[in-house]
Amino acid sequence: MSEHELRVAKIRDGTVIDHVTGGQALNVLSILGIDGSAGLSVSVGMNVPSDRLGRKDVVKVENRELSQSEVDVISLIAPEATINIIREFEVVQKNRVDRPETVVGLLSCPNHNCITNGNEPVKTNFTVVDEGVRCTYCGTIIRDALADHIEPTR
Amino acid sequence: MRQDHLITATQLSRADIEAVLDRAAEIDDDPAAWSERYGRAVLALCFFEPSTRTKMSFDTAIKRLGGTTTDMGTVESSSVKKGESLADTVRVVEGYADAIVLRHPSEGAAKMAAEFVDVPVINAGDGAGQHPSQTLLDLYTIRENVGLDGLSIGIMGDLKYGRTVHSLADALTNFDARQHFISPESLRLPRNVRFDLHQAGAQVREHTALESVLPELDVLYVTRIQRERFPDETEYQKVAGQYQIDLETLSAASDDLTVMHPLPRVDEIAPDVDGTPYAAYFEQSHNGVPVRMALLDYLLSNVEVGQ
Repeated sequence: MSEHELRVAKIRDGTVIDHVTGGQALNVLSILGIDGSAGLSVSVGMNVPSDRLGRKDVVKVENRELSQSEVDVISLIAPEATINIIREFEVVQKNRVDRPETVVGLLSCPNHNCITNGNEPVKTNFTVVDEGVRCTYCGTIIRDALADHIEPTR
Repeated sequence: MRQDHLITATQLSRADIEAVLDRAAEIDDDPAAWSERYGRAVLALCFFEPSTRTKMSFDTAIKRLGGTTTDMGTVESSSVKKGESLADTVRVVEGYADAIVLRHPSEGAAKMAAEFVDVPVINAGDGAGQHPSQTLLDLYTIRENVGLDGLSIGIMGDLKYGRTVHSLADALTNFDARQHFISPESLRLPRNVRFDLHQAGAQVREHTALESVLPELDVLYVTRIQRERFPDETEYQKVAGQYQIDLETLSAASDDLTVMHPLPRVDEIAPDVDGTPYAAYFEQSHNGVPVRMALLDYLLSNVEVGQ
């Protein structure tokens, strides 16, 4: 098997997240909470040539079918991403990611004085606005580099 | 739309605001008629930060409606000192009271508290976030003095951390008001408030000096610039001096200008302004009682008091 074939090898069952903005694959895995500890086989292609995007990342997660609600939040960092559900080497479902209305429990609020950064039993909650995302508790807007705000505990 | 809690000024429509202000005017006209209205009501005062005016005026407001208060006391004397979360504190207090007035140093505290309880929560200040009940009495004072439509208002001082400013700016978007924000560059309105104003299509101008805009103002709302916002005393003195007013400053203003301040003031408004027709800040402070009575009526009228 050549290196090229290895890079694009098909998976038998699972999810392929394609057309991820170049360089964002590891952030996609962070968003999905996939860090390798659960034993899933995960392949990551970064900055591979793409007709549509020039360069793209590809993430393949074997033996796990990701739900639409799980993957929609990826749209915030990779709006062009497509989600392919694979069974027996065949694509049985292909979806685009949609911008979610809210992002719950994923991002930490950059305002240190926000109640969600206190010792309270509450999940962070951001609404998606034109400029980025906005904390529903303190109103702080995160415009850029959303992936920098992914909660470290995930 | 009826509101269950008062968390931010952005939740208030013009109809909500007018309902409270109209009721406040009725109460102001005949306070005695309201003295037994909420005879069984208990209002919890949970102040995690110091307060004079807000706490005392809520205390007086519920008592003038026939009710009473239960006071958490200071943080030092409460279970908060033992590490209790705010979520637990309000769930406990909910069992003792028909509504909770909450002041807390963290932004978003009142919103979170409201998610954990069924009784109305009133945000009496959350960090540098919002202070919507102050806004209602500010609007009442503006309405009594100059009216809320066709208004030109200057809001001056610490616009970045001033929660009364954030709430007032948000609420004024419901009216035909031109808002001028006057502050040092480092204390401009925060991005999220500017975002709200932009979304609401508000007429907004930002300035670093009062002089250019003073003559066209109907209302000048002054707030305190705090020393601790500046790295050193010299810088503070240099900046703060530019945002203080006295009678001489006001010689360039319209004779009908109304000067307001949420108080406490330190030296932003010289005492020589106090006795003049410009000064509305003590009247504004006194309006805290009828307006908070009206707000309590607004929030308690659809809950079963005393259960």
